[in-house]
Amino acid sequence: MQIEMRGINKSFGGNAVLKNAGFLLDHGEIHALMGENGAGKSTLMKILTGVYTKDAGQVIVDGQEVCYKNPQEAEKAGIVFIHQELNVLFDLTVEENMFLGKEIRNRFGICDKKAMRAEVKKILDRLGVKISPEQKMSELSVGQQQMIEIAKALMVDAKVIIMDEPTAALTQSETEVLFQVINSLRKKGVSIVYISHRMEEIFQLCDRITVLRDGAYIDTKRIADTDMNDVVKMMIGREIGERYPSRNVKIGEVALKVENLTCPGVFKNVSFEVHAGEVLGVSGLMGAGRTEIMQAIFGNMPHVTGKISLYGKEIQNHSPEQAMRNGLGFITEDRKTEGLMLEESIRKNISLANLGRISRHGVINKKEEQDLVKKGIEELHIKCFGPEHESNNLSGGNQQKVVFAKWIYTDPKVLILDEPTRGVDIGAKKEIYHIINDLAAKGVAVIMVSSELPEVLGMADRIMVVREGLVRGVLSKEEANQENIMILATGGNLNE
Amino acid sequence: MNKQKTINKIQDMGALIALVLLVIVIGVISPEFRTVGNFLSLLRQSSINGLIAFGMTAVILTGGIDLSVGSVLALSTALCAGLIANGMPVGAAMLLALVIGTGLGLISGILVTKGRLQPFIATLVTMTVYRGLTMIYMDGKPISNLGDSFTLKVVGKGNFYHIPIPVILFILIFVLFMFILEKTTFGRRVYATGSNAQAARLAGVNIQRTKMAVYAISGAMAALSGLILLSRLGSAQPNLGDGYELDAIASVALGGTSMNGGRGRIWGTFVGVLIIAVLNNGLNILGVSSYYQDVVKGIVILIAVLSDRKR
Ligand SMILES: Nc1ncnc2c1ncn2[C@@H]1O[C@H](COP(=O)(O)OP(=O)(O)OP(=O)(O)O)[C@@H](O)[C@H]1O
Ligand SMILES: [Mg+2]
Repeated sequence: MQIEMRGINKSFGGNAVLKNAGFLLDHGEIHALMGENGAGKSTLMKILTGVYTKDAGQVIVDGQEVCYKNPQEAEKAGIVFIHQELNVLFDLTVEENMFLGKEIRNRFGICDKKAMRAEVKKILDRLGVKISPEQKMSELSVGQQQMIEIAKALMVDAKVIIMDEPTAALTQSETEVLFQVINSLRKKGVSIVYISHRMEEIFQLCDRITVLRDGAYIDTKRIADTDMNDVVKMMIGREIGERYPSRNVKIGEVALKVENLTCPGVFKNVSFEVHAGEVLGVSGLMGAGRTEIMQAIFGNMPHVTGKISLYGKEIQNHSPEQAMRNGLGFITEDRKTEGLMLEESIRKNISLANLGRISRHGVINKKEEQDLVKKGIEELHIKCFGPEHESNNLSGGNQQKVVFAKWIYTDPKVLILDEPTRGVDIGAKKEIYHIINDLAAKGVAVIMVSSELPEVLGMADRIMVVREGLVRGVLSKEEANQENIMILATGGNLNE
Repeated sequence: MNKQKTINKIQDMGALIALVLLVIVIGVISPEFRTVGNFLSLLRQSSINGLIAFGMTAVILTGGIDLSVGSVLALSTALCAGLIANGMPVGAAMLLALVIGTGLGLISGILVTKGRLQPFIATLVTMTVYRGLTMIYMDGKPISNLGDSFTLKVVGKGNFYHIPIPVILFILIFVLFMFILEKTTFGRRVYATGSNAQAARLAGVNIQRTKMAVYAISGAMAALSGLILLSRLGSAQPNLGDGYELDAIASVALGGTSMNGGRGRIWGTFVGVLIIAVLNNGLNILGVSSYYQDVVKGIVILIAVLSDRKR
């Protein structure tokens, strides 16, 4: 299938989001769509699949002008969209979720459970994920939920699959499986639109690349004819230089010390320490227990035993409130369920973690609140119409920046970052790295959980590897490389 | 763009427009309705439901609901009347009634948080139990020998520069709620709890304390409006406040507050309370039978909520 989008315009409430955007997707190619956060990638794809209606422009599929009225129509035509923000019904099982609205029925009109179960198993095997079809969606990690969304798309006999940041929640090994699947789809003549902020992936996987900037079409290039710097320049209009800014910080005394932290069935005897001014990276596969350990340290897990001390003094973190009072901050992994009040403005989201700072005797000082929020929007370059912009209507990367802004002004002694740059564009990533470096320079101890290995390697002073709820080792900067981390993460030993 | 904004504004003010239309229509039909005296008495009538509805708004904003308000009102006024009848100074008895109302609300809050009961179930339980306790305490009979205290009378019957004291209370409490919900950290926590409890908790909001507080506030408001009733009636009745939760919830819904929590405004509830009051008062004056009144009220609520959903 060949798709051409030409001269697409779209505004929301008077604010132009797409201005003359478009691209051309060829039969059987993997086409990367790139651009900064808020450039309009997701919006363009939503217009293609009938989620939004365009204000102007043409969509031409195999020579015919089309206008799908809704995603179901697009799907019938063979165009499937895996959204950036997951559309998961948490109370359903994996199986129910995958067959929602397209249940296989026998001739009496009753759901054919056996046939559905077999189909689900087949697809999950193909993706190499070990998830039972009967598991509740709410029990899965974000990465696993993402895999289910991908599996759902594979069930439909698609001619075009649009993947909007499919790997943002996946780790290296799941990503590799996904790439194998994508390559085999290409061989069958399926075209893929691939949106991602992970440069390495784009160059490993894609055939051609189209760049959007501020809602406008910039250029399309064959991967062979371009390189990372070139793409970045097209995306942001300038070069960004070193991707991981260097940090010149004297590492101080032990700030946070965790001893024998245990949560039965989840993780066991976790012990480690972070120093003031240090960035400790945390690596591991999906479901290794990294997030749970961090949640426990922040007082958001029941039934946890062990000892946590801050600058030599034992502290009790039985609730996030207590953890915050003790001087901890926590940027959570899942911005949709844990990071944001989606229906609220940027202002109310950022100030929520800073209520103490911007109030006297429980009364909010309007000016201080405005200043704080303005600072956040400016320093993190949050692309929005203003402090009152509803979080729901921000691009994915900009939502992540709001979560970040919410925490960095709380003056924490220890800041835990769980996938801090998920879905953030390359320029904004660098800004976030700068902010992390500044915090470290001020003596904050930073724990950074990340599934993006280049990021951990580029930013961390030491790297702790977790596997199946156990700390498998802590690598120093000298020992740390992609290979060593993968060996530990998959259960191997370094000195073999 | 301006068009879109105007449309949003109009939708935002839907309840207000409905109120104005109602007043104009009923006012045109009935000269009796459009007198200053009638408006004042209409406002005085609405203060009872108004105070309860303000407390209810706070509860609903956190994603809960409080069915127990009518029973809290009955029990706290019964105890107050009993204490006065037994010779306790009126002022002290009234203060105590407020404390009791707060405590009764707090119990619902504790059932919701520590007991992990659904708000609907928790307050259904307290509603039933409190009503039963009221009956037991009063032995099913009214308490009416309350003496001739000025303090008691002034709350419901007094005027301040021709404005009834209940109306002044109604407006003062409205302003207080507006301040608390819009300007204080507590207000932010209330909205955050209803908007996304998990995110709020991780941002350091004590969800349980916030929830307990709103039920306590709701209890206090029920007790306060009970005192106004006690003052006006001069006696406590065992079935006092029966069904009041319905008008309160209807007012909150009319005002555009989401029943899922997190979204809504106190001035919306204020307008909702007035709509209910205008309907009650206006239909009465027009001589519509009370059976039809209920049907009309139901339909107005339905229209308001349906038009709200379109947003
Ligand atoms: N429903 C909406 N209402 C108002 N503004 C919107 C809406 N949807 C998107 N926008 C705005 O349109 C712009 C483009 O958003 P879009 O989601 O397409 O960006 P993106 O390129 O996918 O970014 P990211 O890489 O962060 O996912 C953003 O500035 C966003 O705030
Ligand atoms: Mg996007």
